Amino acid sequence: MFYRENGQFKTSYREDQQIFPIAQDRWAILALVAFAFVGVPLLADEYLFRAILIPFLILSLAAIGVNLLVGYCGQISLGSGAFMAVGAYMAYNALTRIEGMPLVVALLIGGLCATVVGVFFGIPSLRVKGLYLAVATLAAQFFCDWAFLRIGWFTNYTPSGSVSVSNLSVLGWRIDTPEEKYLFCLVFVVVFALLAKNLVRSAIGREWMAIRDMDVAAAVIGIRPMYAKLSAFAVSSFIIGLAGALWGFVHLGSWEPAAFSVDRSFQLLFMVIIGGLGSIMGSFFGAAFIVVLPIFLNQFLPWLGGLFGIAVSTAAVSHAEYMIFGALIVWFLIVEPHGLAKLWSIGKQKLRLWPFPH
Amino acid sequence: MAFFLETVLGGLMAGMLYALVALGFVLIFKASGVFNFAQGAMVLFAALAMARFAEWYPQWFGFESRLLANLLAFITAALIMFAVAWLIEALVLRHLVNQEGATLLMATLGITYFLDGLGQTIFGSDIYQINLGMPKDPVFILEQTFEGGILINKEDLIAAGIAATLVAALSLFFQKTGTGRALRAVADDHQAAQSIGIPLNRIWVIVWCVAGIVALVAGMIWGSKLGVQFSLSTVALRALPVIILGGLTSVPGAIVGGLIIGVGEKLSEVYLGPYVGGGIEIWFAYVLALVFLLLRPQGLFGEKIIDRV
Repeated sequence: MFYRENGQFKTSYREDQQIFPIAQDRWAILALVAFAFVGVPLLADEYLFRAILIPFLILSLAAIGVNLLVGYCGQISLGSGAFMAVGAYMAYNALTRIEGMPLVVALLIGGLCATVVGVFFGIPSLRVKGLYLAVATLAAQFFCDWAFLRIGWFTNYTPSGSVSVSNLSVLGWRIDTPEEKYLFCLVFVVVFALLAKNLVRSAIGREWMAIRDMDVAAAVIGIRPMYAKLSAFAVSSFIIGLAGALWGFVHLGSWEPAAFSVDRSFQLLFMVIIGGLGSIMGSFFGAAFIVVLPIFLNQFLPWLGGLFGIAVSTAAVSHAEYMIFGALIVWFLIVEPHGLAKLWSIGKQKLRLWPFPH
Repeated sequence: MAFFLETVLGGLMAGMLYALVALGFVLIFKASGVFNFAQGAMVLFAALAMARFAEWYPQWFGFESRLLANLLAFITAALIMFAVAWLIEALVLRHLVNQEGATLLMATLGITYFLDGLGQTIFGSDIYQINLGMPKDPVFILEQTFEGGILINKEDLIAAGIAATLVAALSLFFQKTGTGRALRAVADDHQAAQSIGIPLNRIWVIVWCVAGIVALVAGMIWGSKLGVQFSLSTVALRALPVIILGGLTSVPGAIVGGLIIGVGEKLSEVYLGPYVGGGIEIWFAYVLALVFLLLRPQGLFGEKIIDRV
């Protein structure tokens, strides 16, 4: 009844090509963003910010990056953790080595360095594809793990590659409470989510999708596979690198290479697949699912054990967490292989008819 | 020269073990098109089962013989792997027929998490020993040719022997038995195989069982060398360059690739490592595989990939 575009006539191409052509969508997104900026800081407490909201935002940003590459361009990558690491460490270097470097510029430099590395490790994608490529991108992962551990320059010669950043500030605004950190991340996420949403419906986004659907056919109709694939690697690793820099600077504060291990790459891929391949919205859903699930299990399992009078040890909880996590992933893939975004779009379809389905 | 040969031989031994893990990958990929990331977790799970049962059986039934305990534990672990294979087919793969490669890959990652958790819940998460009673003392060979000869671990030799026997047995099984022929038919063409009445589901179960046995043998050998612990499941990541080097669909490729990677890793670590700070063997294997891939995208022995629009 409420979610219908009846009566919304488009009188110009501009109106027809808006990001959200349906007025209700526009208002809903605006309301959501306004709520995220104003409502959430009023309602949430410190634990919520630290444990859930900030990781959720940063990982959503990373998931958007992965989704551009895997979901839109069809190049499976298991090197996302490495690109995050490059972003984090190079932003750290930019900040500490250059006097008076503004924070935002340092973060962007981290992203740019990740772009360079991403394009370099994307070169094999011109020759190999699919699962072979997935394994090839693991080379990026292991190489970066090694480089940040062994090459002293990247980590300012600290032992074991652990570095830390403190006193973040932008134009005199000191970012030290969780609330401010949350807002800082939120700005990045909103800007880059909009950018990504716009990018995938532009000419270049359509090129990516053509490459994903059938690269030979795309080449035949005049899309340059090299340009399309490498640009996807570039944009995606920029966003992932930026997310990595935020993860290190804002969420962790101090970190070592293990924070960006191959598990992080898998985690990001999980987010994208559970959220929905080829959907910006899905990246948020996937990130929320993967961030909240372990926390939920951590709280829920001891409670459940207590219900039956079993004392659950921490080790048992962590093992059970593994099992339930794995089982849920498999269950999810079986029940909804197209991800949460598919459920979302089914919901929207249903809503158009509601409450009079005939 | 002797040192070089020693390094190469050490690499060949390590490569044999990589080849064993890679073999499990290739078997499953050929038969069902599933890129089985859980192979490493299966290795860990099988090795944990074997180690623990070899410890438990003598306690439960009060006998001393280590040989008997190991034998019983091996059989039990094999049965457990059969059960795991059957469950994976019935609960996961059957429901994911016709899904994309990435989805199946993710499903096996889910299985990996599950098996890691389950194995440690049932069998505990400490470091366990598998004692096969293999002699640990080194031997020297070729003493006439080189001064001092070449040092070889007897244990490694036996392990290589076991691996070679397994590969030989597998190739006999694939070439000479009816089931093996059916397996090869399925690997060639799913639809054609199904149309002449080969039951796909049963074939998949069998393949996963075979992969389980391969995982068990690999886990047994690794475990007796290094002890059974959680890090064993990362052996899958070490074996991945092997399969892209050898080709995802080629059994000989897995073996040759394993040997190349094993030797390459050892040589790079010994001769290149000191210049760049060491610890390069993990990524070196990947880079080696990548260079091969750039020259031959389908791997050394893989089927040629032909794209049609």
